[in-house]
Amino acid sequence: MRNVFLFIRRYFNFLFFLVMQIVALSFLFRYNKFHEAAFLGVATEVTGRFHERYNNVEYYFQLKKTNDSLAKDNVRMHQLLRQNFEAPDSGKKLIIDTLRQDSMKSIQKYYFLDAKVVGSTTSLQSNFITIHRGSAQQVRPNMGVVSSQGIVGTVVNVSPNYATVMSLLHRLYKVVVKLKNNNDRGTLEWDGLSPLYVTLKDIPKSVKVSRGDTVLTSQTSSLFPADFMVGTVSEVVDDKSSNFYTLKVKPATNFFNLEYVYVIENTQFEEQKRLEDSTRKKFQ
Amino acid sequence: MSVLLKNIIRFALFILIQVFVLMKVPPLHRFITPYLYFLFILWLPFNLPRFWLTFTGFIFGLTLDYFTNTPGLHAAACTLIAYVRPFVVNLLISQEGTDKNYTSPSVTSMGWAPYATYVFVLTLLHHTYLVFLEWMSFGTLWYFLGKVVATTGVSLLLIFVTELLFYRNEKFRTNTA
Repeated sequence: MRNVFLFIRRYFNFLFFLVMQIVALSFLFRYNKFHEAAFLGVATEVTGRFHERYNNVEYYFQLKKTNDSLAKDNVRMHQLLRQNFEAPDSGKKLIIDTLRQDSMKSIQKYYFLDAKVVGSTTSLQSNFITIHRGSAQQVRPNMGVVSSQGIVGTVVNVSPNYATVMSLLHRLYKVVVKLKNNNDRGTLEWDGLSPLYVTLKDIPKSVKVSRGDTVLTSQTSSLFPADFMVGTVSEVVDDKSSNFYTLKVKPATNFFNLEYVYVIENTQFEEQKRLEDSTRKKFQ
Repeated sequence: MSVLLKNIIRFALFILIQVFVLMKVPPLHRFITPYLYFLFILWLPFNLPRFWLTFTGFIFGLTLDYFTNTPGLHAAACTLIAYVRPFVVNLLISQEGTDKNYTSPSVTSMGWAPYATYVFVLTLLHHTYLVFLEWMSFGTLWYFLGKVVATTGVSLLLIFVTELLFYRNEKFRTNTA
């Protein structure tokens, strides 16, 4: 017993170093897998405050660009207003259904919530965005985030007033998207090379793809409403050893001057996820 | 100003500069991430016990991690260089008693060549470990080597500029004073 204590006393510094390393590495690997770590909720709240202070200053330098993008967004929204459309006079009689639910109205599946970006990085291999909306405003993990130009990422962590969003520019981020021309689906990833381009994989070579083709969100992703802008194809890489194209896509979102984003709530996300999970379990 | 207070201010300043200045620099190349924050650990006083040195390194790294959303990554690298620091210092101190006569490692206390070696060794160690942890989840060997070399180069340049801008005048202390 005495020897054990002597050993511990003798190598105390080294043992302490080992313990600290193990703690740090367990934090890291746990976070890479599940996006959770000790004190992360409190830390998000505190670092969010700092990011917000910084953003209060930085915000003024971006006002012009923010204004432009908001004005453009407004125009787009105005185009969609119901008052702008007129039904053609077809002389058809309107028949009122006796169903309890009003079947003439469609149910709103996606709700949008505006959020201010208070912190973001683009220079790392794992880039996150901090937004000033949190669990107090009904933001939960696994909600899609879009900007007025295109998709941005997915919420991974929330504190009462802040949330962190894993952006497209993260090595582990994956989302299912489709080509506008022929609805072929593929997976969007980031290869970590340049923050200006992301990669679209799994598009079969039988599909005709050319430069400038539009990439939209697919309804299978369940995080984003279908047909939301993602980006445009900027290069078609013809890999001879594979039956699939690797497409270089320029994201529509400019990650360098993001000021406002919209958090998307899919009201049926939980239901869909539960069903899919139980199916997977059944056939394992 | 007491040494403790000075270091608390440095702690905050290094974190803020790293997060809000260096991390905001537009990406030049995927190999280059400008890191300067770990200079805080290199500047810690000589007489800090090794236990506290390791612990300070861990807390310092973890603070940065919570800002960049990578819990444990910088903490692991900082703990390593904080633990290794005393070995490197003992090897490089030129004459007996430098660690008693001066408060912390600097050009004045250690001399140009030993201090440069000290900075180089710890910077390289920090970046190698940091990029290695990143490399475990993705990347090729060339990515690993390229990033270690490029990031170390940028860091050394930043440290050189910082040492010139903020010249730390170390006073010679004797037992009698």
